[in-house]
Amino acid sequence: MTHVVIIGNGVAGITAARALRVREPAWAITVISGESAYHYSRPALMYVFMGHMRYQDCKPYEDDLWERENITLVRDWVVAIDAERSTLALHHGAPIAYDKLLIATGSKSNRFGWPGQDLPGVQGLYDLMDLKALYEASETARHATIVGGGLIGIELAEMLHSRNIHVTLLVREKSYWSNILPPGESALVNEHIREHGMDLRLETELEEILPGRDGRVARVRTKDGTEIDTQIVGLTAGVSPNIDLVRDTAIRTNRGVLVDWSLRTNIENIYAAGDCAEIVREGEERNLLQQVWYTGKMQGETVARAMAGEDVSYDPGIWYNSAKFLDLEYQTYGQVPARAVDGQTQLWWQHRNGKRGVRLVYDTKTKHFLGLNTIGIRYRHRVCESWLREQRDIEFVIANLGTANFDTEFFARDEREMAVSFREQMA
Amino acid sequence: MIELPILNYSFDEEAAGFGEPAKRPDEKRRVGEYVSIALIAIGAVFLVLALLGIGTPATLETSGDVARVWTMFAASFGLLVVGGLLYSVFRYKDTTPGIKNDGNTFRNIQRRGLLAWGLGVFITAFYIVLYWFSELRALGMPDVFATSTRLLDPLSHALRGVAADQWFVYGFLYTILVSVFGVRMILKYRHNRYQMIRTCSVMFFQLGFAFILPGLLKAANQPEFYFTYFWPLKPNYAWPGDTHYILYKGDVLNMVGVFMIAFGVFAILVLTPVLTYFFGKRWYCSWVCGCGGLAETFGDPWRQLSSKSNTAWKFERVIIHSVLLFVILTTVVLWLNAYIDDRILGSSAYWVKKVYAFMIINAFSGVVGVGFYPLMGSRVWCRFGCPMAAILGLIQRYFSRFRITTNGDQCMSCGNCSTYCEMGIDVRAYAQRGENIVRASCVGCGVCAAVCPRGVLKLENGPRTGRYEADAGGPLDQFLHDLTHAPRKHK
Repeated sequence: MTHVVIIGNGVAGITAARALRVREPAWAITVISGESAYHYSRPALMYVFMGHMRYQDCKPYEDDLWERENITLVRDWVVAIDAERSTLALHHGAPIAYDKLLIATGSKSNRFGWPGQDLPGVQGLYDLMDLKALYEASETARHATIVGGGLIGIELAEMLHSRNIHVTLLVREKSYWSNILPPGESALVNEHIREHGMDLRLETELEEILPGRDGRVARVRTKDGTEIDTQIVGLTAGVSPNIDLVRDTAIRTNRGVLVDWSLRTNIENIYAAGDCAEIVREGEERNLLQQVWYTGKMQGETVARAMAGEDVSYDPGIWYNSAKFLDLEYQTYGQVPARAVDGQTQLWWQHRNGKRGVRLVYDTKTKHFLGLNTIGIRYRHRVCESWLREQRDIEFVIANLGTANFDTEFFARDEREMAVSFREQMA
Repeated sequence: MIELPILNYSFDEEAAGFGEPAKRPDEKRRVGEYVSIALIAIGAVFLVLALLGIGTPATLETSGDVARVWTMFAASFGLLVVGGLLYSVFRYKDTTPGIKNDGNTFRNIQRRGLLAWGLGVFITAFYIVLYWFSELRALGMPDVFATSTRLLDPLSHALRGVAADQWFVYGFLYTILVSVFGVRMILKYRHNRYQMIRTCSVMFFQLGFAFILPGLLKAANQPEFYFTYFWPLKPNYAWPGDTHYILYKGDVLNMVGVFMIAFGVFAILVLTPVLTYFFGKRWYCSWVCGCGGLAETFGDPWRQLSSKSNTAWKFERVIIHSVLLFVILTTVVLWLNAYIDDRILGSSAYWVKKVYAFMIINAFSGVVGVGFYPLMGSRVWCRFGCPMAAILGLIQRYFSRFRITTNGDQCMSCGNCSTYCEMGIDVRAYAQRGENIVRASCVGCGVCAAVCPRGVLKLENGPRTGRYEADAGGPLDQFLHDLTHAPRKHK
């Protein structure tokens, strides 16, 4: 009987375990995680902290599922992989032997060597350990400083704000998340953050984190010399693959665990999927590193098929993503560069209330639709995806924007106004 | 060797994990909130005084007596309502429009703490007294029904032309709860037009059709008919005794009564299937119904308490359809009995009615249905008991265009939708599979779609293609499949 061991009970590992069970009813499947007893939804941690949900509400499956599907859950940390003997050393329990191994260890928060970054009270927001630390720190904190203007930064800001802790956001760029968001969207978010009473400081870089007498963080100093009293520092300058476990083994790594399109590593019976996997793109400048929820899920599906012996190649599909900046929802489909690219045209419409906006991108010459962003408006995934896949003409997209609207019934509809604005911009 | 994170293995993230923060920084309250709380407190004091019989005359003999009672009414209920409305206004006025669920799992009264139990016991006791022990004086307790009817006499006279009784008191309390908490709901969801319009609708139907109109009918010497309730939720509208009482005045056929009964028949036989086909059961349950109205307004703070377990779903299916069978059987028996001159049951027909009224209408929909709000969520009756919901649900599941659409594969399994589903549907179980939600119990309140942080859900009336999991066939195949299989949410 084949024994599959999966390191990590995040979305990639768990999706793989369940998909594998469907294909291989007789195999033994073990999932190891030191972090939590059961799989939980990582993006939901913020809602647990803010008191929207209990921790148990962020578990996507009922606990009896694992027994029913005969998937063994082990709560322990793997401390070493012995690829030659196909065994794992655990921190607590006895070593575990495997026939096939899946590494799905996820990511960890980036730390860029700022002075003071290891002080108590300085943390990222990624896992349960971070959440627990934040719980404790926020009991007494009055002020928090968040470094990095990305998606996790704004979530952390919202969380702390919900506990009436005043938040300062230090953003290196001229505008919030402006390496990803085009200026229009980014400006709406800047405005929205300030409306919530948060202190958004643009073009401000962290210089140093300073301790107080108790050894915990007490102040931060920015590059322009300003000092801010603070009891919590959130470091949210992105995440990188969590490959500490793999680094000194025969498994090849770069930024992540290197895998081919079937998500196989260089070792025959070892695979990797999710945030920690870096897919080698032969002949291309950069490898593929995807670190969002749905790619973890898709890679989990793919790797299960590969482990079951199918000849399968990971298909990343058409890129999309969504997020929420405080009360502003954001969706993106296809490719929307932060700055206009030669040969492409960007159209931007913004509602006068400053809470809604849509950007369309198309190829200037062929008029092919390339991507869109929405702020404060929900669009229909399948419709946007089909426009991109079928390389629809931009005119067609503008004329049919209404069919993509996914907003709640009775919400104000702006597609007509948008179409007028877009056509004016094109003229 | 790697550096190990510092979480202890024995750390029980569910039990010990992430509950109420031990010490929270003081909440910033606005002055207006304190003023509102003060008004509520003063109103409560006057209400207690009035209930103890202080400040109101025993009978309304002079216009001076009437003025005194109106004054006392304004000082008690008036201040309570104004304070309650102002509280919501000040609570939400300086906030940005958006989801307002911060701290719901921390507050004692919202997470089955001592306060919640206290409130649950209080409401439960209120219903028990209302239904079965309204003769409080005989029990040696202050007769709050006598004093509260006295307090509401002027209002009752103005509206209905007669003195108040305990049912008028109940209807009045019900209506002000729906109104005050309805305004709260509108302010809380002021970024969401569906929620605002829907809440206005339940407030309108409660105030207009379940309070004012029956009162005016009474004043016009007509039956106090509720046009928002019909068989089987209000089964006596189709039972021999009550229909006779509505249809006839003495021996004369009353055309108003005929219209009422005809409307009731039309509502269940025509309106219900047609509207449910086009819009799902929401047209009734979360837009019109009074039980739904209270759940969607006063019950909103507790919607997250409904159980989402697969086991609860199994219980729900059995119990709600048993109640439906019970009411159908009762109705058939009562009519058969009436037609053959009491020969089947004789006087025990009376007891069949009594048992249904006691078990289902009073104990289930009243005592459990509202009394358990702070413990089991706001839709206990609607989910487990209401036979009208059962019928609407069957139509919705097998013959309706309504569903909740899942937006592609965008669900990230956070669970906000399931948590805030008052009907205990594990919405996420469907959304994370990229499946639409087609469930009999969904009342279409739309809160799942509102709280979803990724815009994944949308209530829609759309073409009926691809509705059924047993995809080979149509609604009948699905029905047979559901009949022979236990429900299972995870596939």
